[in-house]
Amino acid sequence: MVEITPGRAYGFFTDTSVCIGCKACEVACKEWNALAGNEPVFGDGFDNTGSLDAQNWRHVKFIDNVPDQTMGTGQGKAWLMMSDVCKHCQHASCMEVCPTGAIIRTEFDTVYIQPDVCNGCRNCIAACPYDVIGLDEHKGVVQKCTLCYDRLQGGMEPACAKACPTDSIQFGPLDELRPAARQRVTTLHEQGVTQARLYGDDDSVYGGLNAFFLLMDSPQAYRLPNAENAVLPRRNNVGGYLGALGTAVLAVLGSVLALRRRREPAAETPSDAGTASVPAAPPVPPAPPAPRETEAGEQ
Amino acid sequence: MMPLADEVQHFAGAPHWTWYILFYFFLAGLSGGSYVIATLFRLGGEPSDEPAARLGYYVAFAALLPCPVMLILDLGTPLRFWHMMWNTTPGAAGLNFKYWSPMSVGVWALAVFGAFATVSFVETLVRDQRIRWSLAQRAVRLLDGILGRVVMVAGAVAGLFIAGYTGVLLSVSNQPVWSDTWALGGLFLASGLSGSAALLLFLVRYRRSAERSAGPLVVSERLYAVLELALIVIFALTLVPAGTVDTAFGFPWILLWLVALTGLVPGIGGLLTGRLAVTPEGVAVSVGSASAVRSVAIPVLVLLGVLALRAAVIFSIQ
Repeated sequence: MVEITPGRAYGFFTDTSVCIGCKACEVACKEWNALAGNEPVFGDGFDNTGSLDAQNWRHVKFIDNVPDQTMGTGQGKAWLMMSDVCKHCQHASCMEVCPTGAIIRTEFDTVYIQPDVCNGCRNCIAACPYDVIGLDEHKGVVQKCTLCYDRLQGGMEPACAKACPTDSIQFGPLDELRPAARQRVTTLHEQGVTQARLYGDDDSVYGGLNAFFLLMDSPQAYRLPNAENAVLPRRNNVGGYLGALGTAVLAVLGSVLALRRRREPAAETPSDAGTASVPAAPPVPPAPPAPRETEAGEQ
Repeated sequence: MMPLADEVQHFAGAPHWTWYILFYFFLAGLSGGSYVIATLFRLGGEPSDEPAARLGYYVAFAALLPCPVMLILDLGTPLRFWHMMWNTTPGAAGLNFKYWSPMSVGVWALAVFGAFATVSFVETLVRDQRIRWSLAQRAVRLLDGILGRVVMVAGAVAGLFIAGYTGVLLSVSNQPVWSDTWALGGLFLASGLSGSAALLLFLVRYRRSAERSAGPLVVSERLYAVLELALIVIFALTLVPAGTVDTAFGFPWILLWLVALTGLVPGIGGLLTGRLAVTPEGVAVSVGSASAVRSVAIPVLVLLGVLALRAAVIFSIQ
């Protein structure tokens, strides 16, 4: 039983090497959080959950990894299974862009969306690089894994970790989970499972993930951005605003040019074919002395 | 922009911003653009440009009115729209402002621009004697001097921001296409200005005293169209390293891009054939006597292009 103390950082270590795809985590999550769930998705695999969203805060991915060539006994690896969840990033993209302040970091160092503050603008959905957040159409707010915030406040571990029969999902203080995860990778490497690697255990991915993983393939195979692509939305602020500023300067200069051209004598008749045959405007009367005199009734 | 990774990966989900946001982006561009053009007429034009300036302030206000409505209706919980400005987090209540979040900045910019657009609108109503209250007339006289110029310039800066920040808002995300380019802010701004010039050119037909400003509007629209075309090219080029050109320009979005490019034809074509030439009076042709094609169809074409461009950008990744 993990002792849960406010002020200490907690998270998940999900070891995909022992995930059997039972989906007990999904069920436990839905049970505890009273999530209605979606209609099942029936594709060509065993995954009928589809994706993480407002109703699925845990999602067991079944990644088809059947090799092209027949493998020998004991070497077959048909599926990569991974119980996906919000990563509770240290540098959270969702938290960065949220305009309402609804997304906060809790006393357990997790990322939490306050349902009574969120107004459903969905900016966080556009920002989350892991496609974790979804809009609950009935409640009108976005939702994702809370890392069972209410259970943590009551001193209980998250429902998914408690339900996981293989300890693929381990919950605990990060300063204990990380060394354990590194030891597990070392053990796997010693057993010849050299493809095992950790994702998000250090600060190379969004400053570190409170929900980090042991993967059996590259992050891309699990649809996780690698460290090089783990970038925050705000990176585009400077370029975006500078582009707009440059455009604004050029546009204003263009407008000034258009206004000045009129003051210059026309050395040439406009050759615009559409205007050439139309009679010119009548002579312009002198400009009014007061530039802003009234024009009631003109429109 | 940070250097792009060797292989750009996008796994983000779509935010499902659809019609309300599309029309907000469209109207914000027209509102901000019209205010900017009106101010340029008033500050840099001639006395005869005053009717066109007033027309611009009317358009800026009218186009702005639906904007907050659309933004609010797009929210999952519309009655909490004010949470954008006031943080209701227990123990952390206070004003919300994140300079690094364009949505947060945009909310405040919209409020500030709304104030300027309203002041200029009321001022114009008073100067047009559509409001005859003495109190209002006295208040407007305060805007005759330097204060009026300050208001107009500040309002124009806010208008430029409103017309362009929507593109930056899209870029400040982790979405394919949107976050792969820095050109969207400028592109939306140029497009908004182009649409505003076309709209004013169309409306000049119904305010004959503004006809003398048609020339500068025509020339401005040509220059904005060139700017917009250049930014479309830059936009496409910036997507190449990320490998998302097909996402943005593939079928069926290419059809919207064709509409957007068609909207540039009057401006680019006018520049190629007529360059920047206008008559000494400032107008190439009497708007009243111009053909219906020039007066109606061309502005409509340009405005459809402005709308199609935004639709292509917003919908192609969703």
